[in-house]
Amino acid sequence: MKIIACIKRVPATDAQAKIDASASSLDTSSFQYMTSFYDEIAVEEAVKTKESHGGEVTILTLGPAEASKEVRECIAKGADAGVILTDDDWQARDCRSTAKALAAKIQELGADIVFCGKVATDRDNAAVGPMLATYLGWACVTDACELELDGSSGTAKRATEAGLESVSFSLPAVITCDKGLNEPRYAGLKGIMAAKKKPLDEAAPQAEESHAKVVSLETPAPRPEGKIIGEGAAAVEDLIQALRNEAKVL
Amino acid sequence: MSKAILFIEHAGGELRRASLECLGAALSAGLDVTAVVMGPGADAAASALSSSGANAICHLTGADTWSPDRAAADLAALAKESGASAFLAAATATGKDVAPRVAAHLDSTLFSDITSLDSSSGSLRTTRPWLAGKVIATCESASEVFCATTRPNAFSAPEGGGSAEVSERAASADCKASVTGVSAKEGGKLDVQEASVVVAGGRGLQEAEHFSLVEGLADAFGGAAAVGASRAIVDAGWRPHSEQVGQTGKVVSPNLYIAVGISGAIQHLAGMRTSKTIVAINKDADAPIFKVADYGIVGDAFEVVPALTEAIAKVQAEA
Ligand SMILES: Cc1cc2nc3c(=O)[nH]c(=O)nc-3n(C[C@H](O)[C@H](O)[C@H](O)COP(=O)(O)OP(=O)(O)OC[C@H]3O[C@@H](n4cnc5c(N)ncnc54)[C@H](O)[C@@H]3O)c2cc1C
Repeated sequence: MKIIACIKRVPATDAQAKIDASASSLDTSSFQYMTSFYDEIAVEEAVKTKESHGGEVTILTLGPAEASKEVRECIAKGADAGVILTDDDWQARDCRSTAKALAAKIQELGADIVFCGKVATDRDNAAVGPMLATYLGWACVTDACELELDGSSGTAKRATEAGLESVSFSLPAVITCDKGLNEPRYAGLKGIMAAKKKPLDEAAPQAEESHAKVVSLETPAPRPEGKIIGEGAAAVEDLIQALRNEAKVL
Repeated sequence: MSKAILFIEHAGGELRRASLECLGAALSAGLDVTAVVMGPGADAAASALSSSGANAICHLTGADTWSPDRAAADLAALAKESGASAFLAAATATGKDVAPRVAAHLDSTLFSDITSLDSSSGSLRTTRPWLAGKVIATCESASEVFCATTRPNAFSAPEGGGSAEVSERAASADCKASVTGVSAKEGGKLDVQEASVVVAGGRGLQEAEHFSLVEGLADAFGGAAAVGASRAIVDAGWRPHSEQVGQTGKVVSPNLYIAVGISGAIQHLAGMRTSKTIVAINKDADAPIFKVADYGIVGDAFEVVPALTEAIAKVQAEA
């Protein structure tokens, strides 16, 4: 099977958000970057799929040249190659332009199955996976937390407000991965050494203007300073009074 | 007036609250709304919608098994034919599954989980969270069709009125993936994002069995409360991921959020800081959770929670 895992380089989840002087972009100077949380699950599923069905795993990202760090970290977990669609202006791309560029590259590389994270933890848009599937004309299951594949089709489960949905689909397909699908492995020393020697392709992504125009950015108003109303079970009576009379939530 | 196509969800004919809020968002922004329903029970949903304030209703018939790609193709076709300048759905598991595909069919960008929608500047302007709410972005779309999903609890349902016509149209046949079944949640348990009260537990409970303290407190609210969990206890396997609150779990904004034995890591705060009132119970007076808690009690959960459960049960019994 030809397997592709799409990943995104994002600020670490403990990053403090600062807005730059233009008030329409983030001050990224203090950011530490990492592979987006759910993309790690996508990489794991790609490697597991190779282990059980055979084939090759390619890690694909659209980002700055520095994203080679994240791509190599993912290759170290058992992938075979990496492709970076290098774009220094990657932060300004929207879901549409990213999905189109990824779809064009996937078309060129060829694949039976593509794994993405269910959402990237920077823009929280949860759109690129199902959009790129649509541009490719492929099946797609979003938020998969269970997956089974046979030669040309598969079944997946996804959590909805009503319960677990079972979805059957045909390949080729794009699967976006939720927590619970697997436990991402750590890279071993051997994998890390091997990843240094694996081929990394850099290519220019399809040029595409972003349609999502950012008018302004703000940090939300801070909550009023918290207050401790007492200690131990003795404080419960005061809490009830406050929830009733002050907060009016009881 | 600009035309909008709305994907409206229902459960066997009963309109979903999040979809009504989506309708409310569209009507408040002055859009001319065609509400689209499909699936088993869509008849009842269409007639319920006709007096909801929507301008027109479209019932897609024959779509009895659910396929998100087919739904998206049909919704996009409707948007194209009607010359709509907006497409909206609720940011539910289903809405978020369908909307990006509709956007791609329309070669348009998408804004997920929007928290406001305004047309007073002449074009549609929206706000949505980035970085799990650490930043609020105000955005406009340069695409032909403005596509977005509305965050549950961020908009009001419409007041209703009117008597819109229901038209029927056959759903297309082609589908690449379809749903073969749904295993319902046990005992009709409330989803953590839908509940008006959330009682959440963390590692401070020390053992999986002690989570019953949190469940007991939630039960005392008489059906209004759902339970939530920190990542620490989800990773430990005490609770399912569907209950995890935070940046890599659910973002909730209930009227009342009670955190029991949760330290208040930045990734947890990202998921609950927009709650109306926050209560924290933690034995460490320096725990960061107290910085966002409107009411903090410093103390042992094993002592405070049973007392609180009893007091809440008493309040509920009086009500
Ligand atoms: C990429 C990434 C994503 C993450 N996403 C999330 C997320 O979505 N949600 C999330 O919650 N976390 C997330 N985290 C984890 C987060 O950083 C914290 O590790 C986690 O929230 C801690 O859980 P906790 O508060 O239950 O445990 P701890 O931090 O161990 O806190 C336990 C608390 O219980 C108190 N306590 C102990 N005993 C008692 C007692 N008897 N009575 C009362 N209080 C007591 C302690 O004082 C302490 O404050 C993420 C981390 C990373 C790196």
